[in-house]
Amino acid sequence: MSARPASLPAHAEVLPPPTERYTVLGWLRKNLFSTWYNALLTVISIVLLALALRSLLDWTLGQARWEVITTNLRLFLVGQYPVAATWRVWACVALLSLLIGLSWSIWGRGRRAGALASGALPFALAILAEDETRLALGITGAMGVLGFVIGRLGGARLRRLALIGWVAYFPLVIVLVSGWSDAAGALPLVTTNLWGGLLLTLLLTVVGIVFSFPLGVLLALGRQYGLPVARGLCVMYIELIRGVPLVTVLFMAQLMLPLFLPGVTIDRVVRAMAGIVLFSAAYLAENVRGGLQAIPRGQYEAARALGLNTWKMMLLIVLPQALKAVIPILVGQFIALFKDTSLVVIVGLLDLMGIAKTVLAQPDFLGLQAEVYVFVALVYGIFCYLMSAFSQRVEARLSAAR
Amino acid sequence: MANVPVPPDAPMPNRRAFWRDDRFIQVVAQLLVLALVAGLLLVLGQNMAASLQRQGITLGFGFLDNAAGFDIGESLIGYTNSDTFARALLVGLLNTLLVSILGIVLATALGILVGIARLSGNWLVNRLAWLFIELMRNVPLLVLLVFIYTAFFLKLPRARQAIAFGPIYLSNRGVAMPWAEPTASWPAYQYVLVAAVGVAVLAAVGLRAWQERSSRPKPIMLPTLLAGLAVALAGWWILPQPPLTLSMPEIAAFNFRGGRVLTPEFMALLLGLVIYTAAFIGEVVRAGIQSVPKGQVEAARALGLNGRRTLHLVVFPQALRVIIPPLTSQYLNLTKNSSLAVAIGYPDLFAVSGTIINQTGRAVEMIAVVMGVYLLVSLLTSVLMNWYNRRVRLVER
Repeated sequence: MSARPASLPAHAEVLPPPTERYTVLGWLRKNLFSTWYNALLTVISIVLLALALRSLLDWTLGQARWEVITTNLRLFLVGQYPVAATWRVWACVALLSLLIGLSWSIWGRGRRAGALASGALPFALAILAEDETRLALGITGAMGVLGFVIGRLGGARLRRLALIGWVAYFPLVIVLVSGWSDAAGALPLVTTNLWGGLLLTLLLTVVGIVFSFPLGVLLALGRQYGLPVARGLCVMYIELIRGVPLVTVLFMAQLMLPLFLPGVTIDRVVRAMAGIVLFSAAYLAENVRGGLQAIPRGQYEAARALGLNTWKMMLLIVLPQALKAVIPILVGQFIALFKDTSLVVIVGLLDLMGIAKTVLAQPDFLGLQAEVYVFVALVYGIFCYLMSAFSQRVEARLSAAR
Repeated sequence: MANVPVPPDAPMPNRRAFWRDDRFIQVVAQLLVLALVAGLLLVLGQNMAASLQRQGITLGFGFLDNAAGFDIGESLIGYTNSDTFARALLVGLLNTLLVSILGIVLATALGILVGIARLSGNWLVNRLAWLFIELMRNVPLLVLLVFIYTAFFLKLPRARQAIAFGPIYLSNRGVAMPWAEPTASWPAYQYVLVAAVGVAVLAAVGLRAWQERSSRPKPIMLPTLLAGLAVALAGWWILPQPPLTLSMPEIAAFNFRGGRVLTPEFMALLLGLVIYTAAFIGEVVRAGIQSVPKGQVEAARALGLNGRRTLHLVVFPQALRVIIPPLTSQYLNLTKNSSLAVAIGYPDLFAVSGTIINQTGRAVEMIAVVMGVYLLVSLLTSVLMNWYNRRVRLVER
């Protein structure tokens, strides 16, 4: 109080600057106990949270019999996929690791901690695993590091290569997983009824995304710019599909596709994929349409003034901007698609949920629904979380670039 | 004078050939698209007809009049296994509607709570709401439903050792709760209820007219409710015996007697749908309330409105406009998601039609019926919500 400004009248009291905001007690007071009902809410929440946490810990560490997961881990991951061909799935994982490492070093500027953690993950898992799995995980980790190093050395020149790699990855995975001939060559055929578990879930998702994307964009273009007949057909398709549940579409694909195409045998997995693609395309079309509507008129006029024809205008001017605007929404839809693939269990496929059912039918593990479904939920949750985290990064970068 | 601009609408000196005319090309292109789609549908239809013929199936809905021959676990209307397939479908449809309507009401209530909690200044409440939303959004509904059904409701103790919350019992037979049983005077009392609603409507109209004449706001809601309630209570008093009696559940040998028992399938489906959809509605509500500019609240306070009236008269009406469209699509999602009932054995429309397909092999007809019904329900919901949306929409000059 010694440094009293001379301009103040003698009786004015100089107050110290407010400090409560910067102390722990101040934070607690402001955020948890600001009013009597907030204090009450806080206390109730803490009590409930403590009770829930205690019973959760009791169950996870004590009562739960996790051996149902560890014993059947292989089933959960790849289903009935032949043991002799498992290396093909591992090859896909290792290639993915290479591509992620490469892309991370090219595009993921300044995320060193994340890169270190992701790179260390396969090695950490390798220590926990045994025998061949340890070797495979070790190779996966090494491929990731290799990709990262290549990216570091090559820098931005490798962008095109990385993009080509991602595009080529999808058909490569299909070829690797399914093989191509009955003969006992290097890649014998693995029929789709042996695909299962997380492998099948992921394949359904990827096929759904890859094929519904162009279909959805076409439907959106048709609805937005098509001539009346084409527009009417697109609207009819989109509204019809959006009005019915996915299970009915899956059911229709299972039962009606063989009727529509007699003579061609389409196996059950492909039928389910067809159902998912047809369903997802309608929702995708609506999301893309939102992006198309956001494009200012001037863009069309400028494209016309440059002398671009309709197709060039769409491909070079309109679609890039429209799709960029709806990337977060599209990723949200892909997450929904990923979750929706669990419905194929209703038409009898053995995806993650289907495997969970078969595991629960094993006489050794009767009545362990809680353990199995918590594990399944956790797997879904991790993948969904990764996808949404990725989308938030992309969104942040795009909005920073704007 | 050399550079006289040509007016834009001047006729072209030489006409283009008609096949290069835009209008001609457009008509031809549309006809082509139409022909292509029609041709595709025709080929698929013919293929289907041929396959059906080879399997010896003729299409038709006549089989719906045959006796169903299977039982349905729960039904809102009378049903036995000698009733027709059509009635079985109706039972399924009513079950779907029941769980959808109840689900929509409960999910809206819980969703609003979650949305408000997400906006709370209380850090802990805020984080808990966030955790709840993230948990629900990252797990497939099917996993959630099957988990709730098999790992919770079926793991409850048997009826003898039921967990009691006051008069409500939880057991693996479901949830037993007190229920109002109609007595002999119930039919007469229904007329009283109609009269009560009529009085309430009259009161509302009268009060509204009174408010129109005077310049100050008058209470409308409370007197309307009181008027209706007064008539209903008077009826209850006058009738010789009370029209409804409370029936309490009691534990019998293996099950409950009295009260009302809601099956574990129904409860699991309802609970799963409600908490899953509530998370999404919570996000919708939060986004809606946050979309109201802060200046609106400050302006309302500056006009002297208190906190409650600020929310009621300024924030909510504006937030509602943002909330209604995504809320509609959540309602539609809930209705469509109720078809996952088939995974836990609740006899909804889809599950019943699945049983019918197994019994009769009439896949094409049943899929058409089910898709048609869902489409109809979706359309009705959209129409209703669009009508409401138009009512709350901002009226601009």
